[in-house]
Amino acid sequence: MTSVGIVVFPGSNCEQDCMRSLSALGASPEMVWHTESALPDVDVVVLPGGFAYGDYLRTGAIARFSPVMDAVSKHAEAGGLVIGICNGFQILCEAGMLPGALRKNAGLKFLCKWTEVRVENAATPFTSRAHLGDVLRIPINHFEGNWYCDPETLGRLRDNGQIVLRYVDNPNGSLESVAGLCNENGNVFGLMPHPERACDAVLGSEDGQVILRSMLDHMRSSVA
Amino acid sequence: MAFSALVNVMLKPGIADPQGQTIERALPVLGYTGVREVRVGKRIQLELDAADANEARDRVVEMCDKLLANPVIESYEVTIR
Repeated sequence: MTSVGIVVFPGSNCEQDCMRSLSALGASPEMVWHTESALPDVDVVVLPGGFAYGDYLRTGAIARFSPVMDAVSKHAEAGGLVIGICNGFQILCEAGMLPGALRKNAGLKFLCKWTEVRVENAATPFTSRAHLGDVLRIPINHFEGNWYCDPETLGRLRDNGQIVLRYVDNPNGSLESVAGLCNENGNVFGLMPHPERACDAVLGSEDGQVILRSMLDHMRSSVA
Repeated sequence: MAFSALVNVMLKPGIADPQGQTIERALPVLGYTGVREVRVGKRIQLELDAADANEARDRVVEMCDKLLANPVIESYEVTIR
């Protein structure tokens, strides 16, 4: 059973959704409080959505200095999987574990709605259950999802296939409609849409399972 | 010695500033025409102890690089008094 550590910061608010979705998919998730200096023995680390430290100064700016983030960084350096969802994505960018930064939405509105995202790279540990070009229906819920990086970095990301998800209809002004991207090694992934909220047909979509199941598959296959 | 520091954090030139654009669109409604290039930033003020002004500046610059600004999208200016 794939073990998952869900990091909880003061102000996180999607950890229970992650817990529930991952449990339903057969994983064994547990919460990890942000003051821990070590992670329990887990295969995957989830940085969930929310408003860590009230999003003061900038989203993720304070959270990245939480004691647990050193352990998360080491987990990633050792090849372990890390997924940052929404606020988690913002934290990974602030920590320099993913490139770029997330700015206020271009329309200056908090966006809470369904979006469609296209899979631009199906060869990552987070998208292996999808096919290139598949469109997934997953909701967003953010004020700062307008991703940006400098042109040189963007070229490198394109060449390396690090742009993993693009919005079909860009809701927030994100550069090149980027909705999700991974690091160069492919084991750290951040996305603004919330796959954990799209894992149950009664909630409107099960497409989020594609992301979460891919991630769990990867751990099972690497253990086997 | 005690010093005061002022830090102005601005989005880098060329990075879209939707707050500035919104203000720019609002000003003509009040009759202020001909206003251009409105940009919105943050001002952070703090006090600190340091041996001299240079050391104070160095420390604040370090704070900016680590926390107060995000170098991907923001630039900053430090004034020590």
